[in-house]
Amino acid sequence: MGSVFAPGQRGPALAGGLIALFLLLFLLVPMAQVVVVAFQDPNTGAPTLINFVDFFKTSLFQESFINSFYVAAMSVVLSSLFALPLAYFTTRFNFGGALLIQTLGIIPLIMPPFVGAVAMALLFGANGSVNLLLDEWFGFTIPFMEGLNGVIFVESIHYFPFILINLSAALNNIDRAMEESAQNLGASGTRLFRRIVFPLAMPGYVAGAALVFIKVFDDLGTPLLLNINNMLAPQAYLRITSIGISDPMGYVISVILVAFSLLSLWVSLLALRGKDYATLQKGGGGLMRRDLRNWEKIGCYAVVILILLLVLSPHLGLLLLSFGTIWSFSVLPDAYTIDHYVTVFSEASGYITNTLLYAGLAALFDVIIGTGIAYIVWRTGLPGRKWLDYGATAALAVPGVVIGIGYLRTYHGINVPIADQPLASWWVIIVVALTIRRLPYALRACVAALQQVSVMLEEAAENLGATKGRTVWRIVVPLMSGGILAGFVTSFATASVELSATLMLVAVDSDAPLAYGIYEFMQSAAGRGPGAALGVIGVVFVGLGTYISHRIIERGRVTLESTAIVAEGAAA
Amino acid sequence: MTSINTTAAGVEIEDLDVSFGDTHVLKGANLSIEPGEFFAFLGPSGSGKSTLLRAIAGFGPTPSGRILIGGEEVAHLPPWKRNVGMVFQSYALWPHMTVRRNVAFGLEERKLPSREIATRVDAVLEMVGLLDLAERRPAQLSGGQQQRIALARTLVVEPRVLLLDEPLSNLDANLRIQMRRELRELQQKLRLTTIFVTHDQEEANTTSDRMAVLNDGVIQQVGAPMELYDNPANLFVATFLGTANVLKGLVEDTDDGAQFNSVDGVPIPLHTKERGPRSLVFRPQNVAIAPANAPVDSDRVRIAGTVCHMEFLGSIIRYGVSVGADTALVDDQHRRGAPVFAIGDEVNLFLQKDQVTTLKN
Ligand SMILES: Nc1ncnc2c1ncn2[C@@H]1O[C@H](COP(=O)(O)OP(=O)(O)O)[C@@H](O)[C@H]1O
Ligand SMILES: [Mg+2]
Repeated sequence: MGSVFAPGQRGPALAGGLIALFLLLFLLVPMAQVVVVAFQDPNTGAPTLINFVDFFKTSLFQESFINSFYVAAMSVVLSSLFALPLAYFTTRFNFGGALLIQTLGIIPLIMPPFVGAVAMALLFGANGSVNLLLDEWFGFTIPFMEGLNGVIFVESIHYFPFILINLSAALNNIDRAMEESAQNLGASGTRLFRRIVFPLAMPGYVAGAALVFIKVFDDLGTPLLLNINNMLAPQAYLRITSIGISDPMGYVISVILVAFSLLSLWVSLLALRGKDYATLQKGGGGLMRRDLRNWEKIGCYAVVILILLLVLSPHLGLLLLSFGTIWSFSVLPDAYTIDHYVTVFSEASGYITNTLLYAGLAALFDVIIGTGIAYIVWRTGLPGRKWLDYGATAALAVPGVVIGIGYLRTYHGINVPIADQPLASWWVIIVVALTIRRLPYALRACVAALQQVSVMLEEAAENLGATKGRTVWRIVVPLMSGGILAGFVTSFATASVELSATLMLVAVDSDAPLAYGIYEFMQSAAGRGPGAALGVIGVVFVGLGTYISHRIIERGRVTLESTAIVAEGAAA
Repeated sequence: MTSINTTAAGVEIEDLDVSFGDTHVLKGANLSIEPGEFFAFLGPSGSGKSTLLRAIAGFGPTPSGRILIGGEEVAHLPPWKRNVGMVFQSYALWPHMTVRRNVAFGLEERKLPSREIATRVDAVLEMVGLLDLAERRPAQLSGGQQQRIALARTLVVEPRVLLLDEPLSNLDANLRIQMRRELRELQQKLRLTTIFVTHDQEEANTTSDRMAVLNDGVIQQVGAPMELYDNPANLFVATFLGTANVLKGLVEDTDDGAQFNSVDGVPIPLHTKERGPRSLVFRPQNVAIAPANAPVDSDRVRIAGTVCHMEFLGSIIRYGVSVGADTALVDDQHRRGAPVFAIGDEVNLFLQKDQVTTLKN
């Protein structure tokens, strides 16, 4: 007697306590700091709204706010223009659909928008390849990349898959019988669309659009690389880095960014409430598909190829830039070379090794914490266990810039004994930021993996003499390994190109990871080649990572089947 | 000689209560299971059998009351310290381990030397006849093979008590009969205290020395299978074990002694000292059916009725006989040339006095 916990709960309780402490120190406290400072009088420390009043009185901030809002909204519009025809073609017509959607849905996502931004300027800028050709052939140019247009253009190409994926899932989910019964009852054509298709597809669209909106609204790297400073995230970054961490404006902007994040998460949750596309999809089958007439086919393919070209253009541009010698005022680079790669590997390999270290550690911590939380929430009766889940998931609502600002503010004064420098400028803080940022995704992967493991398999181990800890080690973790590995790879891949938090937390160049290196290189015209080469390496990391985790999940399905067979009787 | 050396332990359960939150699932269970006994928990689905079994193994909500194994109080021990072996309904073999690794698991957790583990695993696999499948994965085995491996995995650690939760329910009918014989033989050979959960009375009857019938979280009656069948303690046990005719009514005093009056007024003279509201219970195979005009034998209980349906089943003819508003089933041995009753015939049903039970409603 003497312990408040049932036998076998002490270990999980300890692990849960440590995880809670980690979340408290590196998510809740820094965020609370940000909020407190935003509502604090910088001189007296008294609670006040004066900072917000100042913010909205300053014309630069007014402009930044409007610009960020405008860019995010226009990106939703442009993304929708890309996504709608693709979703419509593939769900309505017999038209090599599934594969196309999948490819189109993944290609842009494996490259963060800031990586391709400079290459896009070279392809679509005022003196870029496309406009040079347009001018030569037709005598006019299109200002794709002028000012805010550039941000909208680059972000839309990058983020439209969110709309495409959600919308296609919603459309595929519509039961064919529903359409038939509507027709049977006399609804057809536009009425059918208005009464059946539109309402059923709307939630998917809204959820995707909300995601696009917030990703663009929060993005720091793309505007910075395109030299657009009068938007919210760049302003927050510039205020903190140029004026210092005591300037309240960075915090005000952070609070606004978090508020918008919460709002759009809430909107997309609301839209998707009670709609589990993954499982319903089997039953739906989608709308009736019809064959295309020849001229229609040509039209469809023309649209699809145009979008495909646009989607591939950042990749293409980056590749050209990384292999090109000089590329200025010309359609293509003057000549080709591998010098940039040589430069990168000889002079800038530190970026790559740092990235492998940081992203590797962050991904490792993510799956360890993710597995821990999943186990505690689903397998123990610890009081308050749900809060671990909520806490880790809350990181979704915190933009990278805000994490960066929060860490700087909270930990600049705390010295790390062994490293003898403030925690906020020690390289480990970058790993911590990456861990927190990727944790919600790793956690979902771990929870999904744990749910595949029948509780009975654990009970059998305990019955044969294995303690809770031994059971986790010998039964639970091995059976979850596929999901854990997928979570690791995804976390690793996305962490390796994370820029916004990193940008604020890198204290010395030798600590900088790849994303930071790309940003640094791209600042000068001479650095663009090596920067692009680094970018290509980053894309390869992410691409490989995505591919591997897909393969793991596919393979997992086969072996998990046997688990399911064994677990079948559990419900009886 | 067998490779398993178990020391059989008795199991005592005293005033055991189990609740899932607000749902009170097991209510005041008391049981005493002898060392080496084959004991069955029998009851309909949802009656609390698994809950009781799992409480003995240390799973499920913390119960109140006492559980003693071999005289030792275990209610406060976690599952891994109880040394009771449990075979799960769906076997719960670990899909990521070979058969050999599955079976070796419990011995590895007990930190035995690897040489000893190897010999004991081989011996137990030999015993269940599956030594040649040792390197396979569970998914590559048939249901019957998986079941034997699950049993071997449990037996190899030489548990004090063997717990089986519907171990046969995932097998097909023929295999089920074969496996229940093997189980019984194995248990006899090992003299291992065994608790077997089932909802199938034939399984319980054929395997167990004694059984407990559960309903709605309450132990209804404990005893040997035949004893319970013949002397059910209440209506639930009577009707759950085999087919029983139940006539509800009242036992009253008359000048000639006791008389049972069914609710709709059919009088049946009885020989019993009990009085008050009772049900008259008897089994179809114990009833003799005779024409209404045949001579009455006063030594037997007589019930008058009308044939309302008739089924020829081969060895027997099953009659439905209306007795007031109730219908009594009668199984009549069929012999060639014997008279057959038609629907609408007036008949008398005769029962030996000791074949009639009166039970409280
Ligand atoms: N995990 C649980 N949570 C809530 N109720 C449960 C749980 N497990 C079992 N029960 C309830 O307890 C009762 C007995 O269940 P169980 O012991 O499994 O019955 P049996 O094995 O006899 O079919 C049932 O009514 C069931 O609904
Ligand atoms: Mg059960």
